[in-house]
Amino acid sequence: MARSTSRLSRKRLGEMYRTMLRIRRFEETADDLYMVGKVVGGVHVSIGQEACSAGVCAALREDDAVLTTHRGHGHSIAKGTRLPEMLAELMGKVTGLCRSKGGSMHIADVSKGHYGAHSIVGANMPMAAGIGLAYQLEGKDQVAVVFFGDGASNNGAFHEAMNLCAIWKLPVVFFCENNQYAVSVPAEYSTSVDDISVRSKGYDAPGLTVDGMDVAAVYEASREAVAHARRGLGPSLIEGKTYRFFGHSRGDPHYGMYRTKEEWEGWKGRDPLIVCEKMLKMTAKQKKAHADAVEAEIKEAIEFAESSPEPEESVALEDIFA
Amino acid sequence: MSEDKAPLSDERMQTMYRDMLRIRRFEETAFELFEQGEVVGGIHVSIGQEGCSVGACSTLNEDDAILTTHRGHGHSIAKGTRLPEMMAELLGKATGLCHAKGGSMHIADVSKGHYGAHSIVGSNMPMGVGIGLAFHFEGKGQVAVIFFGDGAANEGSFHESMNLAAIWKLPVIFFCENNHFASSTRVGYATSVADISARAGGYDIPGVTVDGMDVLAVHEVMVEAVDRARRGLGPSLIEAKTYRYFGHSRKDPQFGPYRTEEEWNEWKAKDPLLVAEKILGVSEEEKKAHDEAVENELKDALSFARQSPEPEPDDVYEDLYA
Amino acid sequence: MPEVKMRTISYSTAINEALHEEMARDEKVFLMGEDVALSAISPATAGLGDRFGHERVRNTPISELGFTGAAVGAAMAGYRPVLDMRRIDFMMLAIDPIANQAAKLRYMLGGQVSIPLVIRAPEGGGSQNGPTHSQCLEAWFIQVPGLRVIVPSDPADAKGLLKSAIREDNPVLFVEYRALYSLEGPVPEGDHTEPIGKAAVKREGSDITLIGIGSQARSCLEAAELLAGEGVDAEVVDPRTINPLDVEGIADSVRKTGRCIVAEEGHKSGGVGAEIAASLQEAAFGALKTPINRVAALDVPVPVHTKLEAIVLPSTEKIVAAAKKVLS
Repeated sequence: MARSTSRLSRKRLGEMYRTMLRIRRFEETADDLYMVGKVVGGVHVSIGQEACSAGVCAALREDDAVLTTHRGHGHSIAKGTRLPEMLAELMGKVTGLCRSKGGSMHIADVSKGHYGAHSIVGANMPMAAGIGLAYQLEGKDQVAVVFFGDGASNNGAFHEAMNLCAIWKLPVVFFCENNQYAVSVPAEYSTSVDDISVRSKGYDAPGLTVDGMDVAAVYEASREAVAHARRGLGPSLIEGKTYRFFGHSRGDPHYGMYRTKEEWEGWKGRDPLIVCEKMLKMTAKQKKAHADAVEAEIKEAIEFAESSPEPEESVALEDIFA
Repeated sequence: MSEDKAPLSDERMQTMYRDMLRIRRFEETAFELFEQGEVVGGIHVSIGQEGCSVGACSTLNEDDAILTTHRGHGHSIAKGTRLPEMMAELLGKATGLCHAKGGSMHIADVSKGHYGAHSIVGSNMPMGVGIGLAFHFEGKGQVAVIFFGDGAANEGSFHESMNLAAIWKLPVIFFCENNHFASSTRVGYATSVADISARAGGYDIPGVTVDGMDVLAVHEVMVEAVDRARRGLGPSLIEAKTYRYFGHSRKDPQFGPYRTEEEWNEWKAKDPLLVAEKILGVSEEEKKAHDEAVENELKDALSFARQSPEPEPDDVYEDLYA
Repeated sequence: MPEVKMRTISYSTAINEALHEEMARDEKVFLMGEDVALSAISPATAGLGDRFGHERVRNTPISELGFTGAAVGAAMAGYRPVLDMRRIDFMMLAIDPIANQAAKLRYMLGGQVSIPLVIRAPEGGGSQNGPTHSQCLEAWFIQVPGLRVIVPSDPADAKGLLKSAIREDNPVLFVEYRALYSLEGPVPEGDHTEPIGKAAVKREGSDITLIGIGSQARSCLEAAELLAGEGVDAEVVDPRTINPLDVEGIADSVRKTGRCIVAEEGHKSGGVGAEIAASLQEAAFGALKTPINRVAALDVPVPVHTKLEAIVLPSTEKIVAAAKKVLS
């Protein structure tokens, strides 16, 4: 498993730390709001997986694309999605990114190159191939990154999309966040290989497994894959081994049902925020400065969302056809 | 390899040769009948690919299963499907295996362990996994073999089926007849790997590529895969490189527009029947005996089919629900 | 109005012309599907690969899910993909990107994207291709809000509606009847388009309205000729677009004749005919002198055998028989 080297500047790593903290605090806030009944629909938080989101998106430009999953808050934020409008979407306000019609599972901010969270497992991979195809046809050097889980890697869509990208050398990076569980089903049960990245060989594409709790390692692997794609050399498959500290959704506990406390604690000890703080040798003062800035941003987002209006009835009949 | 490394008895080798000849002559006859307008619906002949059908099915017991494709006459015959009823199906007779409702693309003889030709590309793979699962539950050491083409190896169902069979260690053999063309599309264009068997690595199962024009070579790799499956060690992927001497269906010629006469001639020189004559040691005298026996069998099948009645109008309502 | 010059071409040539013209008009239009790049495989795609190159006329692996999803992605990113499904039966492997993604993304994302995608889906029986290669499945898709569903029945509509579909900013399922590919008919020269969502009267009459979908619009015209020989003046209406359905357009005819047969090649239960009959009784119940009668495929799969297939599928004769029943 690839780990980070130390070529990254402190400034760059500090930015990634900030992104991770923004994701963490956004999702904790969303979870709190959910518990008090202020979120419409369900939420799937990615707490524990922030290094994947921040590391990959740090390697992208604003005009690159991401597509994500039902567990997509992290990727959305890391790609630059506007927090107030995102929180408004969660709270069912008409100012939400999807005008309250998509909810947490379908966050998108196309203006920031975020082509959507897609809630059907595996569905985003062929679409990412299509966005990559559009980039190739345009002759631009943009790249599309598709995030998916270990579960989705067993879906036929993965196979068809990988093959299409490989034969057409499309600028697509397949980033598998292997958080070890598809809802309650362990990857070691559902997946016939130990490292999902080995499946890249079936398409003659590069594959690499990285420590998904180490934002610098994720960044370095992503930078290489993104550069490969920009040069017109085709897709790569990166697997970040990671862990969600929360349950799949709100129906399952952090541990005790299908994961042991020991396993959970083992991963918790490698919390990507703590790993990064150590790498940066952050002082308490520095940490507080980050925390304060993020709290202010979150507070603003809540205020925006809370004060936004609910949709009019007519909104139900809008946005069907262009 | 077990028993099976021992040389095959002369009787078995003669049977293999004869089965290849039975397929060749059945399909030549069917094609002639088709051109004369006596066959109902379309046909896809596998002439050139007999080494695969016979090499694979010669390792199976009657209670093992096969599933095949739109190009499935060869596998059907090699698995013991009754020729008269098969011919009757092609001619649209009530005595046909599918009562004239399935035609050439849906030949099945479940009494012989032939679970059907399936005309939707890739659809037979998940079903083959299910039959393997049933065999696994039964615990009798039966094996299911799924035949499919190079084109089907790019379907999502291939990926999902391989993974399922691998994680559950099901007695399933994925037998890919790489005849180099999915209709008109050359395998090298549509498929991201040079050897489809390399994809086995993505499921942590054995994968091997074999000369599909050499019936004995096919037989040998199958013996090993069948043995593994019977012992509960799970699936294998076998890729046999082969060639169809006819077009995809009725519309395209033997060569041109998507393949050259030179290429066609190269493969024709490796005709599996010629190869078999040599490696199986079939004398001129034996050949003559085989020819006569096969002609008689075909004559019988054809006369059965021609004398059989057409279906009755009310038959359209039969066989829909159990 | 300037005089429109007409010439006679086939349904498949009309489709082919529409593809040529739209690809030449808009470089964002590209075509994907199995075997589309080779002219010999289908008359509908002949010449496109040679003219526009294999970047824009892309052969695909047999990966219906993959390339349909990719078309949705390319559409989101500003292209106008046209897919060739070869047969609608094969499109069943790609239901997810069609029903869950293409049709819903714009709505679900609050209008942030549009999906200008055309899915060409040839379909239909009559060629002894059996249960999995003969189906007519357009009825499934009128249940999917967000999709347009177009079913042209003659060369002029095939060309005009395909061109409109390609210019449409929404996902369109464009159903082509294989049995009509060789049908010839007059098509205006030049840039001929037809409006989406507008029914067409294909033959005027006063005694009964025959509404036909796809291949059965053709059968209705034949039936009308036979009925004329028996003194019955039948009007033939082709809805052409079934999502949205031009209810007023077809109701106008029924208000005039008071009697109606709906014919389609799909199965009867839950079919397009059921939707049309229900819409007509809502819109024009008072005008109906007799119950609406449906002619459709029997509710069994389409068998291979020629005679059995003919029993299952609708036909001109069945329409004539239904019309006589309604008129008696």
